[in-house]
Amino acid sequence: MNTTNATGGNLIEIRDLAKAYTRGKQRVPVLQGVNLDVAAGDFFALMGPSGSGKTTLLNLIGGLDTPSAGSIVIGGQRVDRLGGAALARWRAAHVGFVFQFYNLLPMLSAQKNVELPLLLTKLPAGERRKRAAIALQLVGLADRAGHKPSELSGGQQQRVAIARAIVTDPTLLVCDEPTGDLDRASAEEVLTLLQRLNREYGKTIVMVTHDPRAAEHASHMVHLDKGELVGAARVAQPA
Amino acid sequence: MKYFSLIWAALWRRKTRTLFTLFSVLTAFLLFGMLDAVRTAFNVGDQLSSGRMIVSSKLSITQALPISLLNSIQRVPGVKQVGWANWFGGYYQHPTPFFPNFAVSSNYLGLFRNRYELPPAQAKAFADTRDGAVVGAALAKQFGWKLGQRVPLIAGIFPRNDGSNDWNFQIVGIFTAKNPKLKGAEQQFLFHWKYFDEGNAYMKNMVGWYVVNLASPADANRVAQAIDALSQNSDHETKTQTEQAFQAAFAKQIGDIGLIAGGIMAAVFFTLLLLTGNTMAQAVRERIPELAVLKTLGFQDRTVLALVLAESVLLIALGGVLGMGLAELVIPGLNTTLAGAFPALPSLGWHGWLTGLGLMLLIGLVVGALPALRGMRLKIVDALAGR
Repeated sequence: MNTTNATGGNLIEIRDLAKAYTRGKQRVPVLQGVNLDVAAGDFFALMGPSGSGKTTLLNLIGGLDTPSAGSIVIGGQRVDRLGGAALARWRAAHVGFVFQFYNLLPMLSAQKNVELPLLLTKLPAGERRKRAAIALQLVGLADRAGHKPSELSGGQQQRVAIARAIVTDPTLLVCDEPTGDLDRASAEEVLTLLQRLNREYGKTIVMVTHDPRAAEHASHMVHLDKGELVGAARVAQPA
Repeated sequence: MKYFSLIWAALWRRKTRTLFTLFSVLTAFLLFGMLDAVRTAFNVGDQLSSGRMIVSSKLSITQALPISLLNSIQRVPGVKQVGWANWFGGYYQHPTPFFPNFAVSSNYLGLFRNRYELPPAQAKAFADTRDGAVVGAALAKQFGWKLGQRVPLIAGIFPRNDGSNDWNFQIVGIFTAKNPKLKGAEQQFLFHWKYFDEGNAYMKNMVGWYVVNLASPADANRVAQAIDALSQNSDHETKTQTEQAFQAAFAKQIGDIGLIAGGIMAAVFFTLLLLTGNTMAQAVRERIPELAVLKTLGFQDRTVLALVLAESVLLIALGGVLGMGLAELVIPGLNTTLAGAFPALPSLGWHGWLTGLGLMLLIGLVVGALPALRGMRLKIVDALAGR
């Protein structure tokens, strides 16, 4: 399955990917024979019913888990061969994560949450603050920098999470049901923001969703069912 | 340092729990500070004795010795000066507050020249006044006594020849302790043994103990053996020992202070380990998804390990430093309250603080080890999924 567009090469190349978990003595296959290419600068939606393996595939793409078989090449790097510290360094440098339940640290302000990935860099404190402020400005929350997550709405928390995901300027954003916990209006705001990051800032986005309306914001979508890719579609984009 | 704000914020994630834990740690290290001061107080004599020995009865320190031993002791080679003292056990107006009072030889304060400061004019006045008394500055301040004032003490053990218990003294000197660690000695009341010996109806020509200053501290063993040989096979056999050993023997009337202090500290720190260990385990268990987020963002396993350990050490260090600081504040007040009944408690000093800080680090690492390992080993996908 190839989604390479005309403007650039593939950022993600997945070949014969399989993932199985062991539960007690039982081996449970989750993904099998997955082949997928995602072009650099694409906004890519992974859809499918619960248990279809879409979050597992996203975790493998994001370097949060390792495959049982097959290869994952991202930006020319064999991610499936990285382990431990190297994989952590790769994630810090190349991937931004957005989760369904935001996963912000409740005791930190929005500003400090956004600064977290920058702690892994050698940037001085002043530069970290400055970059976090820019990221918050980009998501429209500059005036909420000092607020803690509990003082923000769900949509605002998700936008802080997006600011955290982009603050290190990664090439790839992986989003796991980013609108799954939001009302329609907030979801629309978040999706529009992701679309803007894709179009204006060239971020490659892989988004897991089971919401067709969310998937409509992507430029491509594929369906997963019982661990296998079953179909691909190019999504019509509004002008 | 760039992780400090993260560690600090994690520490105060549950304010009430952290405050209660801090209070427990504070209490433990307050006790540690005070017990360490007690232990040091009972060991301080040796550091300050510089060649001073005490001759007391071999049977018991409450058993008196004859004054006739004085000349023999003075003749022992290596003996430089000899003085003596007798416990009086009197009180002023009321049995409490208690303060130590002794009948002493006229040269007694001179034997402790490195320890007490008495103006020469007052020393002369003491030598010239039969019923004169010199008192510590803290005791004088406590009762508002002035030089020249007449002060009655009521005898607890030794009645006067006329059967009364009232002993009258004139305050002719006020001494101070040169070493701040010995401030408690400023609670003493000293008067002439001769006045006591002539005036009491209970015993004559007897002393409680002799104080011997040596010409050379290196001769201590030889001189002690020679002095004890003087009264061998008599009804007043002596035991000559260092000032520290004498103080330790005195303290053992209460019990083995070192063992008691060590036992209490062990119990306190064992309880502290269980308490803070449980708190840290609970704190990390609650934060597993947050630690998984940190790892997702690229924090390495060892960084997560270090963050949890640092949080644990910070928690213990914060409570510990507050506790030991409080002990430093409480000790002077305790010295005033317990003055005389107990050796003066010294301030913790650098040794006490170093030991305390070492303990804080050790306890912090022990308490944080298991939660930190758990945080380090967590699998991101399982932790994010709440498994």
